[in-house]
Amino acid sequence: MQRIGVFVCWCGSNIAATVDVQAVSDALAREPGVVFAANYQYMCSQAGQDMIRDKIHELGLTGVVICSCSPRMHEATFRKTCEKAGLNPYMVEIANIREQVSWVHKDKAVGTEKAIVLGRAAIAKVQLNTPLIAGETPVTKRALVIGGGIAGIQTALDIADAGFPVDIVEQKPTIGGKMAQLDKTFPTLDCAACILTPKMVEAGQHENIRILSYSEVEEVHGFVGNFDVKIRRKARFVDETKCTGCGLCTEKCPMRKVPNEFNMGLDNRSAIYIPFAQAVPKVATIDPRYCMMLNSGKCGVCSKVCEAGAINYKQKDEILEEKYGAIVAATGFNPISLDKFDEFAYSRSPDVVTSLEFERLMNAAGPTGGTLLRPSDHEHPHTIVFVQCVGSRCDASAEKGKEYCSKICCMYTAKHAMLTREKYPDTEVYVFYIDVRTPGKGFDEFYRRAVEQYDVHYIKGMVGKVVPEGKKLRVQASDLLDDRQLVIDADLVVLAAAIEPDKSARPLATKLTASMDTNDFFTEAHPKLRPVESPTAGVFLSGACQGPKDIPDTVAQAGAAASKVIGLLVKDKLIGNPCVAKPDELMCNGCSSCEKVCPYGAITYEDKPFRGPNRTTVYRRVACVNPAVCQGCGACTVACPSGAMDLQGFSNRQIMAEVDAICR
Amino acid sequence: MNKKDLAAEIIRISGGSPEKCMRCGKCTGACPAFDDMEVHPHQFATMIREGRVEELAAKKGLYNCMSCFACSERCPRSVEPARLIEAVRVYALRQSGGNHLAADDVPGLLDEALPQQAITSALRKYAK
Repeated sequence: MQRIGVFVCWCGSNIAATVDVQAVSDALAREPGVVFAANYQYMCSQAGQDMIRDKIHELGLTGVVICSCSPRMHEATFRKTCEKAGLNPYMVEIANIREQVSWVHKDKAVGTEKAIVLGRAAIAKVQLNTPLIAGETPVTKRALVIGGGIAGIQTALDIADAGFPVDIVEQKPTIGGKMAQLDKTFPTLDCAACILTPKMVEAGQHENIRILSYSEVEEVHGFVGNFDVKIRRKARFVDETKCTGCGLCTEKCPMRKVPNEFNMGLDNRSAIYIPFAQAVPKVATIDPRYCMMLNSGKCGVCSKVCEAGAINYKQKDEILEEKYGAIVAATGFNPISLDKFDEFAYSRSPDVVTSLEFERLMNAAGPTGGTLLRPSDHEHPHTIVFVQCVGSRCDASAEKGKEYCSKICCMYTAKHAMLTREKYPDTEVYVFYIDVRTPGKGFDEFYRRAVEQYDVHYIKGMVGKVVPEGKKLRVQASDLLDDRQLVIDADLVVLAAAIEPDKSARPLATKLTASMDTNDFFTEAHPKLRPVESPTAGVFLSGACQGPKDIPDTVAQAGAAASKVIGLLVKDKLIGNPCVAKPDELMCNGCSSCEKVCPYGAITYEDKPFRGPNRTTVYRRVACVNPAVCQGCGACTVACPSGAMDLQGFSNRQIMAEVDAICR
Repeated sequence: MNKKDLAAEIIRISGGSPEKCMRCGKCTGACPAFDDMEVHPHQFATMIREGRVEELAAKKGLYNCMSCFACSERCPRSVEPARLIEAVRVYALRQSGGNHLAADDVPGLLDEALPQQAITSALRKYAK
């Protein structure tokens, strides 16, 4: 018979206002096995924890029930308290009387009754609890960072500086990501390349960093501390070890009509290319969709001009198999497609551009060499209209755009408007906004400068339609503060398109068994207190793959993710979760049902000897669980037709005892 | 009917969602009849929510809305200003004594290229 202590928490007024805590502790004191019951203002405080410890010592408690907040909140706290007092931590049960009672009920009588029932169920369960001992697993002291934008680069550098080897997997031929495409960065207006490329070079030369560019994660197996990852190194048809990045091949390649994705398709590149001058690794890549040699076997110019002999048309995709202790997702974002926003004439006029295209038009390394020219006739635009919130803040039932605020558009539009007025004072610049959202250090001052110093016309209202007329774009819009409709004949219209997670994020989340929200952003373990960890142990989040973010926020989060990874990798061993599946071998009939449903591949079958009749030995096929791989999801216990599989700490008997106690 | 109930009734018969309006003004930016209306599409959403239906129903410009549905089409929040305007118009017409269109006339007037609601609202407008 267990000797159980029950501790009811008030949680200040959080619980006590809706639950009669005295009545709960009085009622639970009468339950079988309970030798002590009390209530206290804050069980999680030092005084509350001391009370639990003292009672364990004083009364020789063998089980503890705490009626408090969700176990997600303080289960670990109370387990630790009991462990310090000499009790096995798995002899603690939490009855959640806050989230499941006081926060959802208004009637105190109803709340009190439900709290008593939940407490009774926890007591019934703890009666059947047995001490569990967690196993240990070793940690592979290497990290994998998926995505080589500023988020991935910063995370990798921080981990590498702490002394752990890091691999960066980047799907493009170079690292750098979106930041490499930007012209200037708000609110200080430093040139993006000037602050990013030193970091790219540092990552490229760091002894602890290996960059796997033009590669994708193919498969992920294993668990925290012990991931097995297959990485596909796509054939770039150039030997990375030989290529010097001289660029001669890109100059001589006769196939020059390939839309240049680095310049958002505003100009063309050759079929063999280096995305931009500061690319890391600075290695050429052949685009197999356009290369004449690969498609028709005629050409071979690049191979002839390459002095290093780096061109290899026969190169095949390679699969690398690597082990890591931690994985960081840093897959970034893209602007949304504007297919569903025909009113802005994006598909009809080349002079309607997205903000990222505008970045390239302003960039010294862009298609116009940094002179702002209209894409249609290469003339200088004199009237520019910026439209904010294109595809952001849409209602779900509108079936276009995104529900969230893309966060970065207000600031980059202010930047674009300011830079345009600075470089070309003869240009009239209009910004149509719904709200100007500028929380951030120096952000609102920046926006005000655009209005006050640079005379940008900020108009509260929205563009209703854009109609190409001759060389002009007729913009019809509302000015809500003046209650008028405006018609502006513009030369260039810039759309602040909403941003969305990269398309590679969803399949990656499936491989990592990491959860995502409805917008395909990775979900964090706790929105406030664990913002850089995925709920899947060992998987961390960096940058815009977790939510829209500007560069300062991204770099801060990248560093935070790195510190979490370092915290994991410095450990020599990880304490596992002992609440894993365990088969009763005598009941197992070897049917393989559990093996088929296990999402982690933790179950295998073995032929084991059993004692048969008349001192014989019979071999039977039975299930075996690898406790290091098992995540304790319980799928196997449901699938097992003979009831042989049980989850330790959550056995069928324990669950049924809880149900019985509730129904009593 | 009090102001609040009337507003709720207008919202119900319209099928629109004025509560979703974030006052971006895209509807008003898109409206081709802007100059002929005293009250503009985005204002319908807020005024109906405030219970100012009678005030809206008394506006002459109500009948200058062409029911082109540009506002509803462009609205990022599914407010459906065109439906709200139509509901106020229906209310005003019912108050003044019924529809001005015999049911038998409708089939002959239908054109696949036009929204059906545009034809009925145009007829009501010219029948005034």
